[in-house]
Amino acid sequence: MTQSLTLDSISAHYGSTQVLENLSLAVGEGELVSLLGASGCGKTTTLRLVAGFLQPTSGTITLGGRDLTRLPPHQRDIGLVFQNYALFPHLSVADNVGFGLKQRGVSGDAKAKRVTEMLERVGLAHLADRLPGALSGGQKQRVALARALVIKPPLLMFDEPLSNLDAKLRVDMRVEIRQLQRANGTTSVYVTHDQEEAFSISDRVAIMHAGRIMQLDTPERLYQRPANAFVARFVGFENLIPMAVVERDGAKITAEMAGGVRLTLPLEQFGAIPDSFILACRADGLQVTDNATMEGIPATLGLRTYLGRAYQYQAETPAGALIANGPLTRVLESGAAAKLVPVPEQCTILAPE
Amino acid sequence: MTRNIHPLLIAGTVLVFIFLVGPLVIVLGSALSDTTYLTFPPQGLSLRWFENIFQIDAFRRTIVTSLQIALLSTTIALIIGIPAAYALNRHRIQLPGWLSTLFILPVLVPELVLGFSLLKNLAVQFNSPIYISLLFGHALIVLPYVIRVISASLASFDFSIEEAAISLGSPPLKTFFTILLPNVRSGVIAAFILAFITSINDVSISIFLTGPGLSTLPIQLLAHMEQFFDPTVASVSVLLMLLTVAVMAIVERTLGLTFLAK
Repeated sequence: MTQSLTLDSISAHYGSTQVLENLSLAVGEGELVSLLGASGCGKTTTLRLVAGFLQPTSGTITLGGRDLTRLPPHQRDIGLVFQNYALFPHLSVADNVGFGLKQRGVSGDAKAKRVTEMLERVGLAHLADRLPGALSGGQKQRVALARALVIKPPLLMFDEPLSNLDAKLRVDMRVEIRQLQRANGTTSVYVTHDQEEAFSISDRVAIMHAGRIMQLDTPERLYQRPANAFVARFVGFENLIPMAVVERDGAKITAEMAGGVRLTLPLEQFGAIPDSFILACRADGLQVTDNATMEGIPATLGLRTYLGRAYQYQAETPAGALIANGPLTRVLESGAAAKLVPVPEQCTILAPE
Repeated sequence: MTRNIHPLLIAGTVLVFIFLVGPLVIVLGSALSDTTYLTFPPQGLSLRWFENIFQIDAFRRTIVTSLQIALLSTTIALIIGIPAAYALNRHRIQLPGWLSTLFILPVLVPELVLGFSLLKNLAVQFNSPIYISLLFGHALIVLPYVIRVISASLASFDFSIEEAAISLGSPPLKTFFTILLPNVRSGVIAAFILAFITSINDVSISIFLTGPGLSTLPIQLLAHMEQFFDPTVASVSVLLMLLTVAVMAIVERTLGLTFLAK
């Protein structure tokens, strides 16, 4: 039933503006891939191209070996879940869910049975006769989900499905979506701008920027080993420090940053390090200490904020402004001199921009 | 919880009310008068001036013509106006801004000029049948109302609903009738009523486009007034009002109920 989706060298334009540039993407059978990025990055355009509401200027889209590129949207057989639910206001919940079945010539008892089954799965069987206007946001999205799933589509696509829900419900619903998607094994594309949401439910995430995929990887790898500076900033590496290797010594290297500050880094942690690189550290990966004998980046501390698990400091260093965390056991005041010590396990190495 | 309402506000409200309803009362009163001239308050009560309308052949014929023209021109305007309003709203971002203004032009041009122009170019130049010219003129002046009213109800329509239906396998044209139209039903009804009333009460276009053997009720009324000053004028006016109200009631009843039953 479920099929793999392939986008091959897709380019798209709005008028003369290019919105997608040579984008390729493969979503495996039963896999859930999120398209993650800020508004205008091309994630919704990609979804609309696959749905058939937009036409690419070049490239092909195939689903389970079937070429979709020139197929009109109503023949593509794709389940869509929209941000604003897009339920039919004049039809009851049951008729909303049954709409796709009706188009497929399923009627009478067969239709009623499948609609009821689907409504039971999303826990809304008791609301079958209501009109959408009488439902809450979460219920509406469940109906939308049931409506898309009941036709057993080979591909399911979500366009920011949880954006209009409140925070608590968002978390519940995303678990529910993932469970239904897993249970049916439906290949899925999930568009969102919410990193936590994308990382929590996806097999793989494509981080998009300016019409291109910057990195397509598992959430774990994206979070720990971003492939470039853009992705690193996106997943929360606050400190990107350009450095140059000055000495290689077996399992260690010595590298220098702006202001002549030198650090020793173990190769074991980072693998190969090119001669010129960027050391990327989250605030957690730069530990603040007032122990002057430690090797680290000399800094003058600025504003201190309380994070619950640590203090966070704005720090002025020869390599520019950095953000670092310090232990709760040692409170350092603004203006104090300190060292910022990189924690290799919390840092990663990037190619220079 | 009592609220103080300023006496001037009450007085103002009453004045506006009298201003709005007064003329209607006078017309209705005059129509019921038993006299052979227009007078208010009515002297004696009688329905003879209503009977008189139907005894005059010209009035009988023009009532039929007016109803036909109003129904046909409204239908034509809906057939053109609904798709036009749909396209203007659906593709608002891609379409140039002046395009929607273009559809409002017929109400911006003074109707007398429009009527004269239609007479000169349609009826005289192309020698088109008088009935067709009249119908065309009416369709033209009611079209802007249709587009405006339906656009207003489409403005609150979420087009992703349409996309949802298409993605579920419903072809675009079928989606238009099964999903879009039922959701702008009230707009279509309002447009119908407004267009019908505009057409049936129109004088300025009709005065140019009516001719020998074909006239509308308001034009016939004017012709009658030039010769007689009896309460027929008032009774025809009341009849026009009743027609308008009847259309509103019928449309709301029939269209409203069948759509709700679905």
